[in-house]
Amino acid sequence: MKLDAKEPAGELDEKWTKYRSTMNLVAPNNKRRIDIIVVGTGLAGAAAAATLGELGYNVKAFTFHDSPRRAHSIAAQGGINAAKNYQNDGDSVYRLFYDTIKGGDYRSRESNVHRLAEVSRNIIDQCVAQGVPFAREYGGLLANRSFGGVQVSRTFYARGQTGQQLLLGAYQSLSRQIALGNVEMYNRHEMLDLVKIDGKARGIIARNLLTGKLEKFAAHCVVLATGGYGNVFYLSTNAMTSNVTASWRAVRKGALMANPCYTQIHPTCIPVSGDYQSKLTLMSESLRNDGRVWVPKKVEDAKAIQQGKKTGLDIPEADRDYYLERRYPAFGNLVPRDVASRAAKVACDEGKGVAPTGLAVFLDFASAFERYGKSKALSAGINNPDKATITKLGKEVIEEKYGNLFQMYEKISGENPYEYPMKIYPAVHYTMGGLWVDYNLETNVPGLFALGEANFSDHGANRLGASALMQGLADGYFVIPYTIGQFLSQEIRTEKIETSAPEFEVALKETKAQLQKLIDIKGNQSVESFHKRLGKIMWDYCGMARNAEGLKKGRQMIRELRAEFWKDVFVPGTADEFNTELEKAGRVADFMELGETMILDALDRNESCGGHFREEYTENGEAKRNDEDYTYVAAWEWDDNEPIVHKEALTFKNVELKTRSYK
Amino acid sequence: MNLTLKVWRQNNAQAKGQFETHQVVASEHMSFLEMLDVLNETLISEKKSPVVFAHDCREGICGTCNLVINGRAHGPQKGTTVCQLHMRAFKDGDTIVVEPWRAAAFPVIKDLMVDRSSLDKIIQAGGYISVNTGQAQDANDIPIGKDVASQAFDAATCIGCGACVAACPNGSAMLFTSAKVAHLGLLPQGEVEAEARVQSMVNQMDEEGFGMCSNTGACEAECPKEISISNIAMLNRQYMASVLGSKTGV
Amino acid sequence: MSWLTKFLTSSIGRKLIMSLTGLFLILFLVVHLAGNLQLLINDQGSSFNGYAYMMTHNPLIKVIAFGNYFFIILHAIQGIMIALANRKAKGSKYAVSTNATASWSSKNMAILGTLILAFICIHMGDFWYKMKFTDQLAMVSVDGMDMQVKDLYSQVKNTFSTWWLVLIYLVGLATLAFHLWHGFQSSFQSLGINHKKYTPFIQSVGKIFSIVIPLGFAIIPIIYFADAMEWINYFS
Repeated sequence: MKLDAKEPAGELDEKWTKYRSTMNLVAPNNKRRIDIIVVGTGLAGAAAAATLGELGYNVKAFTFHDSPRRAHSIAAQGGINAAKNYQNDGDSVYRLFYDTIKGGDYRSRESNVHRLAEVSRNIIDQCVAQGVPFAREYGGLLANRSFGGVQVSRTFYARGQTGQQLLLGAYQSLSRQIALGNVEMYNRHEMLDLVKIDGKARGIIARNLLTGKLEKFAAHCVVLATGGYGNVFYLSTNAMTSNVTASWRAVRKGALMANPCYTQIHPTCIPVSGDYQSKLTLMSESLRNDGRVWVPKKVEDAKAIQQGKKTGLDIPEADRDYYLERRYPAFGNLVPRDVASRAAKVACDEGKGVAPTGLAVFLDFASAFERYGKSKALSAGINNPDKATITKLGKEVIEEKYGNLFQMYEKISGENPYEYPMKIYPAVHYTMGGLWVDYNLETNVPGLFALGEANFSDHGANRLGASALMQGLADGYFVIPYTIGQFLSQEIRTEKIETSAPEFEVALKETKAQLQKLIDIKGNQSVESFHKRLGKIMWDYCGMARNAEGLKKGRQMIRELRAEFWKDVFVPGTADEFNTELEKAGRVADFMELGETMILDALDRNESCGGHFREEYTENGEAKRNDEDYTYVAAWEWDDNEPIVHKEALTFKNVELKTRSYK
Repeated sequence: MNLTLKVWRQNNAQAKGQFETHQVVASEHMSFLEMLDVLNETLISEKKSPVVFAHDCREGICGTCNLVINGRAHGPQKGTTVCQLHMRAFKDGDTIVVEPWRAAAFPVIKDLMVDRSSLDKIIQAGGYISVNTGQAQDANDIPIGKDVASQAFDAATCIGCGACVAACPNGSAMLFTSAKVAHLGLLPQGEVEAEARVQSMVNQMDEEGFGMCSNTGACEAECPKEISISNIAMLNRQYMASVLGSKTGV
Repeated sequence: MSWLTKFLTSSIGRKLIMSLTGLFLILFLVVHLAGNLQLLINDQGSSFNGYAYMMTHNPLIKVIAFGNYFFIILHAIQGIMIALANRKAKGSKYAVSTNATASWSSKNMAILGTLILAFICIHMGDFWYKMKFTDQLAMVSVDGMDMQVKDLYSQVKNTFSTWWLVLIYLVGLATLAFHLWHGFQSSFQSLGINHKKYTPFIQSVGKIFSIVIPLGFAIIPIIYFADAMEWINYFS
């Protein structure tokens, strides 16, 4: 299969503007006759549904949540990037483009990323107009902070709840379109199959989760904005119901899954405390602006801490290893996420971990307390303040900046982070891989589009902090409303798609059969137990560090687990009722197939890049890319026995491929 | 720790519900929902149907989880959603009574899960700023005072969980509605349509069958985001002003 | 529906009516207490009886009195209707009830209000009805007036010498205190008056008011009863 990215011709910085002004349009009277299905109503989906509704299309939007406001975009804490250069610190569209390409370890498409950087500015304008209460300076203008992997301050934020505020902005815009009748909202509906007619995506089969009834929905095209698949690892920072099912069912209908092995492991999460743990909680990357990461230099100190005989406070300054500052002096604690995560793993592998499990490092704010305390004392006119006063004032400043994060940490860990240094450990957070899309965000299935985390497009092998919100909103507000016209302008003569078409009936029957099959197994193990086992395999063999031998073993284990699942899973109840276990079972079944594809992708990529770290390919302990052989997007076609890889070569005309160095 | 759980079971909105008693062994480091996970795994292993409860992000922000624990919406800890409530807050041997949100506008779907779409309808009635994508001017064109932005944020922090309604002896949604009215009304961008907004949101709120505010303050006490009832006063003010002193005579 | 009906029947409009009538009745309590305190003047009821005559014959006061009756009835009916609507909106109750989140009086305003209404009926039957519609009261002369007026003072004296009537009054006033404890500050909140700077002040005034006013009323039956029982010799 030839993968055509459909990148417009011309200079990089003119591609989007030119393309946008010359692309095909759908006239207003025709828009009224065209139906669009949007699945998923997080940042990308809600933004797209609202905007397409505003433009005059008939939109049907679907979420399995009880309300669009519950989507997991809501949990993004730190912020959203935009090349506004409000801080006058040298930022520009090019610099954001460059940082994103470099941060992604040169595994993303130049044209897409440049477009993202361009529209990033519009996003902030749009959100402010919607009433998003971003942080502001005393003069009333917008405030910024900086994030990992960059040397400018371009991150806009709303305390530690930026995702929430942006999602509510999109949700409110969507609510307005629902009230106006431009968008029909289907809550508690889960997409279980994609319906293709003559090769084009023309509808979906969705299950009404409350009644268990399968329903058919038809449209001229289908937009998937269904998020990432981090929950394949069972433990991740994703919400409990985040899943790959909608995307995966599309893959089973011929869409390609691109770069599935690129998983982002976030360095600052609250460490695992026990087997019963159901999810991991992220502490915003913004904390690394002020916190210093360290472990004890001596293994015996670490042992003492692990056994509860010592705390971080007992280790003298000289015996602490601020390993990020030591190894990466240029970026220090603000190295990109993949680098920070691996460094934490290395430290813990050396036995220097600081939690009872041995899997945690310190994130220490003591020097921030001192720095801020001194400056606050100075501005408060306190001469020669003592150390206690400085620390007290410093804690106040930190509380103002990160109060809610510190509070959350204390609630979960039961330890006061103002007194003891925080303990953090990496956890699965985001998946750069996703459905393969071209420049129009259209998959290889005509009429099927993918937005936000559900597609693979902009982050390459590693995503920079505060870029997920940017990409989701860029796709939803400023890209798809234009590019969808490229497909739909060819469809203005297409009659209304009817659900009476035989293809719908076939898809409905297949879906029904699969649900019944899950119910009928009547085995002995819970869905949850299979999910846990799958997660462990993925984490052990396809996690922060991978090697060929482990990957092969992991694949074998997953195949066995999959066979066992279909023989011995127990799903209580019936398919014709509200049944949360049945919902989960379908999702776990899809995760197992995806997991295998991830492993295959990781095996195929004989290099280390970004979130994909192969132990065999390193140089002085750092990841070693192989640009000669692997500068491509690997897009996987599913097959029950042997998935097939298709390749899209990446060409870089505007940046030079360099070894990513943060030293 | 050994716990006795009295959990509300109800098949659907019409069915009559009742409490079911279970013994659970939990660890103090578990979250409350993880303790319920343990219960459900046990039920499934006994081939019984698990207790249905709403939950999703488990980090206190999506607003999905909603349990009344020993008579308290989201449990005993101030400013905490159920998913962030940990078993440290309980003692070995405790009996814990778990109920769903109770309000006429929140019918029970199953067991501990309720239907809160009435809150969505209130937002749809006007909880937005009418701006289409692409119409915005530069974000810094209108300065907004740091304190105003911060106050708007305090109101905007609402997670739409409905604890205010659940805690209110009148089943009133005034705190929810007022938080959105305050958030948008405080900002210059939202002020433009503030009069129409407050009227249609209040009308919708009444239509959905929520009760009337009698200023008990229970909502504020149970709100996991600690939203202040001063927002309700602002809503009252804005509503009256929008009717009695509207700029346009509408 | 006209804008006015729509406004007054909206949830906020109905609470506004409660708030405004409540505040009027709060004012009335002050005036009523000021008048009643004349019962403590040791002049054999002369000033009180003159005051009672004025209250029943001055045309302006008559008008205000009718307003007062109307507001009491409006406040009561509206209050009961709101309570019923709210009970319906709540649906069912929790198995475990808690007082950790709201004051007892704030949650029981309707019960308190109903008790107060019952008390008002008893109270008006005792004095207001007898004064206005019967000839049971003797005629006496008072200082500064050249005609005889009804002797309400003796009726007070008489009533407050019966222990169970005194008890009813004390219970009624305690109920009023609880009602005011929440009602006073709540009426400001319903009017939209809530501000960091002055809300604490309103709340403090409300608490003082809800104790001082009922206490002021309560002193009268207590003293009269004590006098009648000859525990103290207040009027001699």
